[in-house]
Amino acid sequence: MTSLPISINRIRKVYGNYIALDDVSLEIRAGEFLTLLGPSGSGKTTLLMALAGFTRPDDGNLRIGERDVTRLAPNRRDIGIVFQNYALFPHMSVLANVEYPLRLRKIRKAEAHERAQAALSRVKLDGYGDRDIAALSGGQRQRVALARAIVFEPRVMLMDEPLSALDKNLREHMQFEIRKLHDDLGITTIYVTHDQREALTMSDRIAVMNAGRIQQIDTPDEIYHRPRTQFVAEFMGEANILPGDAFSEGARPASDMVMIRAESFHLEPPAGETIALTGRLTAKAFRGENWLLQVTTGERQVLFSIPATRAAGCEALTPGSEITAWAARDHLHVFAREAAT
Amino acid sequence: MLDAYPDNRLGRFLLWLLAALVLTFLVLPTLVVIPLSFSGSNLLEFPPRSLSLRWYENFFGSGAWMAALRTSILLGVLTPMVAVPLGFLCCVGMNRLSGKASRAIYGYVLMPSILPGILLAIGLFFVLAKMKLIGTVAGVLIGHAVLAIPVVVIVLAPAVNRFDWAQVMAARSLGAGWFRGLAGIMVPQLRFSFLAAALMAFLTSLDEAVISIFVSGGANSTLPKLMFLSLRDQIDPTIAAISTLWTGFIIAIVLIVNTCQKS
Amino acid sequence: MNTPRSAQLMRDARYERIFFLSMSLPAMVLVGIGALIPAAWIIQQSFQTLGGDFTLENYAKLLSSSLTWRALFVTIELSAATLGICIVLGIPLAFALASTPPRIANRLMMLILLPLWTSILVRTYGWLVLLRSDGLVNKTLIGSGIVSEPLPLIYNFTGTLIGMVHYMLPLFVLPTYAAMRDIDANAVRAAASMGASLWHSFWTVILPLSMGGIVSGGTIVFIYTLGFFITPAILGGGKVAPIAIRMERTLSTFQNWGAASALGVLLLVLVAIVAATLFGAMRLLRRHRVGG
Repeated sequence: MTSLPISINRIRKVYGNYIALDDVSLEIRAGEFLTLLGPSGSGKTTLLMALAGFTRPDDGNLRIGERDVTRLAPNRRDIGIVFQNYALFPHMSVLANVEYPLRLRKIRKAEAHERAQAALSRVKLDGYGDRDIAALSGGQRQRVALARAIVFEPRVMLMDEPLSALDKNLREHMQFEIRKLHDDLGITTIYVTHDQREALTMSDRIAVMNAGRIQQIDTPDEIYHRPRTQFVAEFMGEANILPGDAFSEGARPASDMVMIRAESFHLEPPAGETIALTGRLTAKAFRGENWLLQVTTGERQVLFSIPATRAAGCEALTPGSEITAWAARDHLHVFAREAAT
Repeated sequence: MLDAYPDNRLGRFLLWLLAALVLTFLVLPTLVVIPLSFSGSNLLEFPPRSLSLRWYENFFGSGAWMAALRTSILLGVLTPMVAVPLGFLCCVGMNRLSGKASRAIYGYVLMPSILPGILLAIGLFFVLAKMKLIGTVAGVLIGHAVLAIPVVVIVLAPAVNRFDWAQVMAARSLGAGWFRGLAGIMVPQLRFSFLAAALMAFLTSLDEAVISIFVSGGANSTLPKLMFLSLRDQIDPTIAAISTLWTGFIIAIVLIVNTCQKS
Repeated sequence: MNTPRSAQLMRDARYERIFFLSMSLPAMVLVGIGALIPAAWIIQQSFQTLGGDFTLENYAKLLSSSLTWRALFVTIELSAATLGICIVLGIPLAFALASTPPRIANRLMMLILLPLWTSILVRTYGWLVLLRSDGLVNKTLIGSGIVSEPLPLIYNFTGTLIGMVHYMLPLFVLPTYAAMRDIDANAVRAAASMGASLWHSFWTVILPLSMGGIVSGGTIVFIYTLGFFITPAILGGGKVAPIAIRMERTLSTFQNWGAASALGVLLLVLVAIVAATLFGAMRLLRRHRVGG
């Protein structure tokens, strides 16, 4: 199955005074798994719905492969979509749901049946074809929605927070399954979520959105360790954002804004070049895999996340005591000046 | 709500006494005609002194009554066939349009339910005269369908608005056009609302008298029109037979609806 | 800002609106033919002479005739009396139904649906039979010694009123009952726990909370009865002549379209005033609830 690249060019959508999409441009490679990540109201779902054809942009171009689809009706775009609450058809059996797109494409009954069975078996639902939708669990419904979206071999897949209705364990399991399905089929996929961990787990690249704009588009590693803006840094996990002179060792000019992740800190200096922060402990919490220490330095609050495996001594710390923590110097990320504000 | 006052026996008793009296008031006139219809005399004696089926024979043997019955049934079947599809499409359009436009359309299509029947009837008489439809089934059908549209819209609009439209979007993304998305995905799931709307449209037409009195005529007179004329001129016990049949029919419908609700 | 593409997309959005509008259109056209044009025609006729020239004569004659004023008065009197009786009988019935378990209430509901769905002519006939001087009601009254002479219950205002109340009561009870069903039973329990008597919590908790249903039921009753024709025509026996009856009589006896139409406009104005007032009351009620 060949997949196609997607090109989003200066897409704009305004609702009254509210700018939902502010000239968004984005290139997605053929076969790529790209995640749109952002808080609610950031425009990620609007962008997805514009691609799907359910939201008409005010301006701009959407291209799938060589085809300009900006003005194409949703039923002629050949995009497989997995909706947030699955939007399965409750009056049809599982098999009828999966056969539905094939019936619309006038595929012979026998072949449609065969392909629907194959799609169900791909999502590990062999033998579930005759069931009612109402009789399925949340995870099974999710799989039916996936099977229905891939059965007609679309060149592009869109997923709108497909795992948000599942409980945590199932969600983590399905993250791997969806990624594996993507790797097997190679369909270009755009995945919308507000869960940064989900985005990091699944994506080739992540586009972080806020207020109708793309803040940064990069690999998970780059996004996490080298965020371009403070918004990205704070949205992705526990980040400490400080002026450069906050450090007791390895300080930088006060005009530099720097970021260092909470989990970069150690209570003993690691080998190599280091930086250090000193402050007064205000609160501490044990979270299983790590200890979380909240420390006040000057007027700022800093978070240290010390892995449980090297947290000897954390238990004995009392609030109010002065502590120093170290981190490898190359974990310090300096924001580019124009992006730092 | 009365369970908050388990000790107030008197209050309960008075409330239930009043409720029972009002319910009796409501059902009495529909039930009183039943024994009368089997009366042997043409006096409206109650209780009847002799029993017979002559009023039923009268009804089923009369060409005029039978023609009216046929017309009424025909209109009762045709009215939902016109009003339900039109009302449904209207609800879909309202759902997809902006709030302002949809409220304006809603107010407009509910208009026939607010306009006085006599006004509609006389005005419609003129419009139908222009269209040369006075005394035809088509003419009365227009009147009945217009009265049924608000009823259908009131029943279907909440169902359409409450429907999970993501399903229609899903169908569209899978390759269905608007028509197939609505007909294949939405309509089957709203079948009970459609049945209710059709039933209400049917009853609206069956029960409609004022428009029929003015615009139907001759062999195409409806049953209510004939009943009205015969009630105004003299009290013919044939009406009792018709009323009994009618009440029996409505009781059957009420019972069917009630069992459907339960299951 | 205005690229060729954005112009295209704006046009597409407009076409889409037209597409959805056209879905609503068939129903709107039908309502136009069957309701809007007839009403407009009546208004037009009321300003025309028999020859088709503009005139205000129809109104001048109408408003100077004592028959008109009597018809107007009877119309309002009938509607107000019907509404009043519906409130007095319907609210306790709705309250009684709303305090029973839904399973039983649904059964009793059938007794309300039965008359609602039965033909108005069947019901009117039933009242003819019941209310005649030798009818069941008078026989019972005389038999029990309450009255010695049969009461005139039919072919007059009383008979018309009974028939209209009977027709409108189910339509009043349904929304009132629905509103009372929606009341949280705990609100009444809370009132009781604070010492309110049943009578007191009915007036201070139950009635205010079901006011939305009562007002919409009352609106239906009042607006509907203003244009009532069948019941006064049969149970009024020619002695009760609200506007609807006058309209028909003006047409059938005098063939006077202009005068009948002017009466129709009078009725229309009456309905509009009542509807505007009651819808205004409903909006006020809603705002009051949001504010308070």
